[in-house]
Amino acid sequence: MDEKQIEKKIKMYKKKIDPFQPKPSYFKNCLKAFVVGGFICAIGQGIANFYIYFFDLTEKTVNSAMIGTLIFLAAILTAFGVYDRIGQFAGAGSIAIVTGFSNAIASSALEHKSEGIVLGIAGNMFKIAGAVIVFGVVSAYIVSMIRLLVQTLIS
Amino acid sequence: MGKQTLIFNSPIFIENTATVVGPKEGEGPLKTTFDKTYDELYCGTTSWELAERKLMSEAIELCLQKANKKNQEIDFFLGGDLLNQNITASYVAREKEIPFWGLFNACATSMEALTLAAVLLDGGFANHIVTAVSSHFATAERQFRFPTEFGAQKPETAMFTVTGAGAAHVSKTKTKIRIEAATIGKVIDLGVTSPFNMGSAMAPAAAHTIKTHLADLKRTPNDYDAIVTGDLSRIGSPILKSLLFEENIDISHVHQDCGLLIFSPDQNVFSGGSGCACSAVVTFGHLFKEMKRGLLKKILVVATGALLNPLMVHQKESIPCIAHGVSFEYVHS
Repeated sequence: MDEKQIEKKIKMYKKKIDPFQPKPSYFKNCLKAFVVGGFICAIGQGIANFYIYFFDLTEKTVNSAMIGTLIFLAAILTAFGVYDRIGQFAGAGSIAIVTGFSNAIASSALEHKSEGIVLGIAGNMFKIAGAVIVFGVVSAYIVSMIRLLVQTLIS
Repeated sequence: MGKQTLIFNSPIFIENTATVVGPKEGEGPLKTTFDKTYDELYCGTTSWELAERKLMSEAIELCLQKANKKNQEIDFFLGGDLLNQNITASYVAREKEIPFWGLFNACATSMEALTLAAVLLDGGFANHIVTAVSSHFATAERQFRFPTEFGAQKPETAMFTVTGAGAAHVSKTKTKIRIEAATIGKVIDLGVTSPFNMGSAMAPAAAHTIKTHLADLKRTPNDYDAIVTGDLSRIGSPILKSLLFEENIDISHVHQDCGLLIFSPDQNVFSGGSGCACSAVVTFGHLFKEMKRGLLKKILVVATGALLNPLMVHQKESIPCIAHGVSFEYVHS
């Protein structure tokens, strides 16, 4: 068969199997993600308020302490095998936020524990999260450059 | 016979089989058909890979025990699994000290191994062969997808890899189950790229093998009590039926799927079970038990394999798929 025929066959097959694919319900998934994501953020706010009330922290300085606590909690939940279940239910609601990032690192580290500390845990820890860091740093760099450019142009 | 089908002149029989499975399979509808069940995924070892190895090793051990055979009396061990370089089968072979053929056809390996065993026996090159395949939920997830505890949402089309191993002892000693014919599949790829939708990817390969098998042997689906596919799941099974229906072959009344038999839908297994062990433990356990009781006289097991490699998928390649069919016949003894 030449390439065109193969391409045609592939296209036809795609069309054929389309009715057999379950349709993801976008509205329901969005709602679940919104509720769970919002709930996690509310917990974060609760922790922040708690810290401000009981410790010598201000609204500005409490952020790192609160985020650190969330990251810690997410890593614990990952270790107990709970976070992946939350993830299956909530989708983007639990993966796009800081706890999801913690889960990505903790789960990779757990997965590769059997290969030792250096080549296993340390070498694979950022297997999934690495991409997030790379794009995070690159986009932060670009955005700051734009901001700097706009600022100098205005003034 | 025909283009891709072998018919074995001398009678080849399944002397014994054994299955060992993990926790989820042990809770499923076929729980009473397995020889041994572990209630946790580590199976008493320290890593997933060791657990899978233990499953395969024990399946072979149990299988040979049934006929009081020692490893030395077996001529060849034909085995395979899903992991890189077939590590489970290779390491089991190291322990068993039986001359070893390592096979890889993804989830179609179970029937590939039986076909080759029958060929070797029919050709007079061996008297006793043991075949074994295994898969493990966690090793497969790590190899093909994400870490097991990673919280990414899986779509409904995803499948759940069966944790388990199945071994079969094949010889010319007469038993109730005869390997009668086998159809060797072609690699077929109709452009499905998602590792979370292997049912759709594998259906055309299964359809081709079933069609060729029936044409080569001039048979119809009515000649079989059951045509059982390996792991097409809830998504792939209806696609297979409709693909064959277009060719004027109606298998809907005899079709079953191992991936749907092994789990019940309320077990949170997405669209069904998959993995090398899926077709093996269902065939060697449930289906052969039904045959021994005479409830099924003739079955065609079509093990379906997605020859998936994450690296190639990342390079924008689609998933090539294969299906091997073996026809088993009930023999009065």
